[in-house]
Amino acid sequence: MSTTIQTPRTDPTGPRSGARAEIVRVRVPERSWRSELRAIKIVWRRELIRFKSDRLRIVTSLVQPLLFLFVLGSGLQRLSNAGTHGVDLKTFIYPGILCIAVMFTAMFSAASIVWDREFGFLREMMVAPIRRGSIVVGKCLGGATVASFQGVIVLCLAGFVHVPYDPLLIGGVFALQLLLAFSITAFGVMIAVRIKQMQSFMGVMQMVVMPMFFISGALFPASGLPGWLTVLNRLDPLTYAVDPMRRLVFNHLRISPAARRALDPGVTWWGWHVPALAEAGVIVALGVGMMLVAVWRFSTSE
Amino acid sequence: MGPMTSDSTIEREPAAGEPVAGSGVPAIAVRELTKRFGEVQAVRGVDFEVAAGEVFGFLGPNGAGKTTTINMLCTLAKPTSGRASVAGHDVVTQRDEVRRNIGLVFQDPTLDGYLTAAQNLELHAELYGVQSDLVEPRMQQVMEMVGLWERRDSIVGTFSGGMRRRLEIARGLMHSPRVLFLDEPTIGLDPQTRRSIWDYISELQEREEITIFMTTHYMDEAEWCDRIAIMDHGEIVALDSPAALKARIGSDRITIHTDDDQAAIEALKRQFEIDGLLSEGAVMFGVPSGEEFVPRLFAEFELPIRSVSVSRPTLDDVFMSFTGSTIRDAEEDGSKHRNRVMMQMMTGAGRR
Repeated sequence: MSTTIQTPRTDPTGPRSGARAEIVRVRVPERSWRSELRAIKIVWRRELIRFKSDRLRIVTSLVQPLLFLFVLGSGLQRLSNAGTHGVDLKTFIYPGILCIAVMFTAMFSAASIVWDREFGFLREMMVAPIRRGSIVVGKCLGGATVASFQGVIVLCLAGFVHVPYDPLLIGGVFALQLLLAFSITAFGVMIAVRIKQMQSFMGVMQMVVMPMFFISGALFPASGLPGWLTVLNRLDPLTYAVDPMRRLVFNHLRISPAARRALDPGVTWWGWHVPALAEAGVIVALGVGMMLVAVWRFSTSE
Repeated sequence: MGPMTSDSTIEREPAAGEPVAGSGVPAIAVRELTKRFGEVQAVRGVDFEVAAGEVFGFLGPNGAGKTTTINMLCTLAKPTSGRASVAGHDVVTQRDEVRRNIGLVFQDPTLDGYLTAAQNLELHAELYGVQSDLVEPRMQQVMEMVGLWERRDSIVGTFSGGMRRRLEIARGLMHSPRVLFLDEPTIGLDPQTRRSIWDYISELQEREEITIFMTTHYMDEAEWCDRIAIMDHGEIVALDSPAALKARIGSDRITIHTDDDQAAIEALKRQFEIDGLLSEGAVMFGVPSGEEFVPRLFAEFELPIRSVSVSRPTLDDVFMSFTGSTIRDAEEDGSKHRNRVMMQMMTGAGRR
């Protein structure tokens, strides 16, 4: 049997084909550094758009740091009057609180990669003719921008805790928190790229964020820690942001040498006092290192 | 009753596996492609070619290996063995070239629900490096096609399932791909929306000179394809045009009502050498081509006929004849099979 009757196909002229305009044809260019830059930029921009439309998140991620600052800070002040040599505890913990506000937001931004995976959007980015690394870099920069915006809000509150609005001080603190925001986002992304479920990421975050916060010396001088905690303290990226930030604040206040010694012991490596610039360098190095690990982990995942 | 057939509706059956449309470099060429997940052989050596401009359907129950095959063609999964090329580029060694030339609409949604429709498309254009001054006009064009231009500034999260699917199709077209992959584009949609999505697809094929590769497990949708490959348990069991596939499984079914069914059966045997069957108070029999036979029947049959009806084999029948089960049964079977695989993986057989 060699003949067959063809099924009549429904008229292919669709409902809209009457108004036939010239077809706009686009061409996808070969991959180049410019297309990668464009990809990084749009991933970055998406983070900003989403942050902007999520006002609730801006508020909620401020609640915890402010609680620490004004409630814990005021409450503990009465216990620690003797130890702070006349410095308001709120002033002392302010740089730490600023760092933690940045850190929370940065980690949440990093978590967006897990959401994207769960809601399928990550796939849209992964099949595009771009390097996986560009997605990671865009995410890190986006998270850093968003988190440092959160830092700026806390920075505005400086006056409430007796920190003067000195341009040099504000500028220095801003720069430091920008570096921290990048570094922590890179850390979060490094963890998030292989995690499939939000619950798992939240679990990891609980396990990591709070210890990092406590060990960093954000709430108390890190000089009095036992040996093993001192080791962890030196490995904690947050340490290298809190310490120079606090020194910057103290430099712009009039405080007694005794208070200075007790509250601003500085960070030492085997007895060597690490200067502020080197500390900033450590933050950047850690950030870039973790971002590279994230790129590698993401590129080798299926 | 007038003549029901004319020569123009009769055409040669194309040989199996031979592309029917276009010429030159095939849009997709696949050779002995396999994919193994640990112990499970998801795709067991498939071969086919899709010509440029064709609408090619991949039909089969869930778990037959359709999505795995599509993932390999889209460079999302590496083949275990075999070769495949899309738009003339190898899917393993020329991954980026393939990606630049394909558009994808996945089974699961991949839109950003927090962005507007326009922002989603813009993001896509940026990721693909579409020339900046063409982003706007191209966006308008693809959104008008799916009827969403008026909703471009709405947040995607407020869209219905059908609207999202249409937007995904528009997005897949933003960079003018040469091959559009649609993985179950109409799954879970109401019949009206399914119908409109098919309207876009035929319009597309006409306007954009695009090749469409799609998977479906709706039998009625497969009829719209130029050619269909039926996949079952990781293998292609049949590949041809819908009409040819139906013709291959045999005849049209004719049912006649007469005053004396027994006499009618005898007369059929005597006059046409056809074995009729008494079924539900009517006489049923099969002929190769119903439309041609009915005029003859009326002209020559010696008994009066009260009524006649002709029915063609459906793709359900085709699927049945090639896989030995209806698509629904095969699906239940498949899910059982998947559950077993899942159990194996969970009990430590290990993945990949």
